[in-house]
Amino acid sequence: MLEISVLKQLPGFRLDATLTAPTPGVIALFGRSGSGKSTLTNIISGLVSPDVGTVSLDGEALTDIRRGISVPAERRQIGYVFQDARLFPHLSVISNLHYGERRNRRAAAIVGFDEVVALLGLAPLLQRKPRQLSGGERQRVSLGRALLSRPRLLLLDEPLASLDVSRREEVLPYLVALRDRLSIPMVYVSHQFEEVLRLATHLVLLEAGQVLAEGPVDEMSLYPELQSIIGPDLVGAVVEGQVTRVSAETGIADLAVGSGVLQVSLRDAPVGARVRLQLLARDVILATQPVQGLSVRNALPSTVIAISDDEFGAALVRVDVGGPIVLARITQNARRALNLRPGDAVWTLVKAVSTRGHAFTLAPGS
Amino acid sequence: MNGPPDSAELEALRLSLEVAVRSVGFSLPFAVLAAWVLTRVRFPGRLLLDAFVHLPLVLPPVAVGYVLLLLFGAHGPLGAWLRTRFGIQLAFTTAGAALATAVMSFPLMVRAIRLSLENVDRGLEEAARTLGAAALDRFVSITLPLILPGVLAGAVTAFAAGLGEFGAVITFASNVPGVTRTLPLALYTAMQSPGGDALALRLAMLSFALGLLGLLAAELLVRRVRRYVGG
Repeated sequence: MLEISVLKQLPGFRLDATLTAPTPGVIALFGRSGSGKSTLTNIISGLVSPDVGTVSLDGEALTDIRRGISVPAERRQIGYVFQDARLFPHLSVISNLHYGERRNRRAAAIVGFDEVVALLGLAPLLQRKPRQLSGGERQRVSLGRALLSRPRLLLLDEPLASLDVSRREEVLPYLVALRDRLSIPMVYVSHQFEEVLRLATHLVLLEAGQVLAEGPVDEMSLYPELQSIIGPDLVGAVVEGQVTRVSAETGIADLAVGSGVLQVSLRDAPVGARVRLQLLARDVILATQPVQGLSVRNALPSTVIAISDDEFGAALVRVDVGGPIVLARITQNARRALNLRPGDAVWTLVKAVSTRGHAFTLAPGS
Repeated sequence: MNGPPDSAELEALRLSLEVAVRSVGFSLPFAVLAAWVLTRVRFPGRLLLDAFVHLPLVLPPVAVGYVLLLLFGAHGPLGAWLRTRFGIQLAFTTAGAALATAVMSFPLMVRAIRLSLENVDRGLEEAARTLGAAALDRFVSITLPLILPGVLAGAVTAFAAGLGEFGAVITFASNVPGVTRTLPLALYTAMQSPGGDALALRLAMLSFALGLLGLLAAELLVRRVRRYVGG
């Protein structure tokens, strides 16, 4: 458990954050730039001290200003992957990797040198100097260096932000592999919702130095404040389910979600895998009668829970699809024409192809 | 001018080199410390310390030598203490010439080191911290290697300048042949003696060559080291 309750006054900015997140797992600190993500991360690492407050990890106080506790950063055993990698320019990659390992010999090893090199694909880079690496390679080395310092917690401060899209794709799978193979708790700072979708188990929403809300990613996806941060096009309920059938030939998998089954466009996920899927609200269609002769693959019997006007002039309808909640954005005209009310029985229609690129494996099947 | 340099020239050259080397060795640790304090520590009186460190740049060298004489002379407070306690005499010795040279070139060294310290990315020291390195460890393993080009540049510049220090040396350590008569002092002496013109010219040319060599070596060394540390 990572428990934080801190206050920090900076020139023109005030961080007043309280959160409790489960460990192990990937805790995403999500918010716009300037929302206090980095300050909070620095406080967890011990590089910055809060004015008042406490930080504790798995019951052990790292910072407790009132009780005069402040474990120095160098003794916290908290690995930190910075946005700009911060590799030591005068040391080779291998010496960078050994830097933290050498200084933490007494801590329990979570992962060995050879395993880190294999996991992050560092073998061809070992003899190089940091200036001979690409941005993505630098981030992988930085990740390896932090892992080898035997951390109890790993902080990742927008590790992909300085990379272009293709470089991101080069690093992201490694992060997913870390989450699935090692049980190190991670705090992942990001302002890209897709990264949160792919990595996070717990989402903390930060805005103007305060925690707006926190919780599991699927619950948080329904949170109105999240919607205003990520913008109208990315709003959509996150549902999680298990793959029950795959068809290699069509690239379509059956996903058991609540009491229903969704056909989704998903390759490389074996039967039994846990999958997280975001159904973008703008792609979800509602029908008040059973439909026929449509190409839509998914028609789930559902119940309208609530309807709200969203801040973009449309209506956002929450429907219960047999357990999970799904969001559908419809125009005000459609809302009036269908005369939708809470409690109405409707069919929720989702095109299987619209899920392509929005479904991610959470844990490989057994 | 064609024959081998006579012993007076060799002796002056050897003394100049010895004085310059010893002065650099003496002031280097203090220069690193002073540069570090001036860039990294915020304290009242920092400006005053800064000005004090740079004082030899603007003072007449003779004045610096005179102050050293007052402090480290046989009857000066520090000189008397050093002699009774350790049996060390500085005034009128080669070590004294090195001390005077060290004081004069100190600001040059501090400036060079300070410039490179200011360019060190503090983020790298933070990264080292999160990897478990305490303050001294960080300085030795990260900061020092990164400022090495600046330290070397400062040391070589101070060395080259130290070869030619005149005013402070002659005031504090006097002009004793074989003990404190370095190149510039020998040159001055030759100019003062009748018939010393040829010797004076040779000494002047020697100084010129030495200075040029020193500066070139400094530049090449710094380039190599900079490439090595990848700064």
